[in-house]
Amino acid sequence: MEIKKTAIAGTLESSDIQLMISQADSGIAIDLQSDVKKVFGDQIEAVITTTLNDMGVTAAKVKAVDKGALDCVIKARTIAAVQRAAETTDKPAWEVL
Amino acid sequence: MAENEERLRRTMMFVPGNNPAMVKDAGIYGADSIMFDLEDSVSLPEKDAARLLVYEALQTQDYGDAEMVVRVNGQDTPFYDNDVKAMVKAGIDVIRLPKAESAEMVQKLDADIAAAEKEFGREAGSTHLMAAIESARGVLQAANIAAASDRMIGIALSAEDYTTDMKTHRYPDGRELEFARNMVLHAARAAGVAAFDTVFTNMDDTEGFYRETEYIHQLGFDGKSLVNPRQIPMVNKIYEPTEAEIKNARNVINAIQEAKLKGSGVISMNGQMVDRPVVLRAQRVMKLAKASNLVDEEGNYLEK
Repeated sequence: MEIKKTAIAGTLESSDIQLMISQADSGIAIDLQSDVKKVFGDQIEAVITTTLNDMGVTAAKVKAVDKGALDCVIKARTIAAVQRAAETTDKPAWEVL
Repeated sequence: MAENEERLRRTMMFVPGNNPAMVKDAGIYGADSIMFDLEDSVSLPEKDAARLLVYEALQTQDYGDAEMVVRVNGQDTPFYDNDVKAMVKAGIDVIRLPKAESAEMVQKLDADIAAAEKEFGREAGSTHLMAAIESARGVLQAANIAAASDRMIGIALSAEDYTTDMKTHRYPDGRELEFARNMVLHAARAAGVAAFDTVFTNMDDTEGFYRETEYIHQLGFDGKSLVNPRQIPMVNKIYEPTEAEIKNARNVINAIQEAKLKGSGVISMNGQMVDRPVVLRAQRVMKLAKASNLVDEEGNYLEK
């Protein structure tokens, strides 16, 4: 899936994560902010990366601000951000859910 | 009617669908039904995100024995189709249709659910539905709405929209809802589905909440929609049977078992004939007593 524009999903409320996805030339670069980064940083980035891979996103810049989100929230917000950035919100990628 | 075995539905707790903290914790309060909302509590730009959040939460979170319900956006919105598809794929128990005004609307939802079950390989008929009555038209069509689908588990009165439609507003004594409540309740009972009363939004008026809940319990509603988990134990308390009711119910059930063992068709207890309505009421009392932890596994009353 191609990132066409910069898009945001999620909020800065407790238990949520806010993701901003924008275009990149190649590869996935994640900039993560989280109070629990030391313990859960790798896991959070792994969920984001796996979800991006599943959606066929090969090039993107991701800025993530985590407020203690569970994996299911991270996945949901990543899908929402990618679909907004790829302008496919109206046609959800059912196979990735 | 979707199922023959009666399920307890004393409390249906509303949970805003785009709030991760509330979606995550929804299972810990002991509500009989949990209703994730994709409609009025979610702003227009966040409809997609809420749908995805509820979907992913349903895949991974443990909500215990609660019946899982999702209120989708109305059929006149561009979000309805994807809401229904996503929730059927997620394996939701019940899809709640807002602003139901005719049997046709329910039949359309039924057909859309059937198509989604087929598309995503869900067992045909496994997704149930319910309808919210929110207007004068809906109230007058309640009987047709309640009987419109085999998937139907219940209908609910939604008083905020209804009172606006009626050119009034909600009063503490609830008299403006008398006709609607009775219509919804009779429609539900005639169709053999559950009846849910509307939410009570003034959290500071505890006395008013108890008064209203006692009233709808007396009328015969299965339960009440709630916006705050604090109200769950309050509703359950009102639906809790008394010690005398439990002992009587236990005696009725014992009398049936005894009659079965004897091979006797006619059941009597203390010289009185026990007929079907008495048995059904006794079974419901025992179910409520079990849910309220007032009896042990065998149905013996536990002293408090």
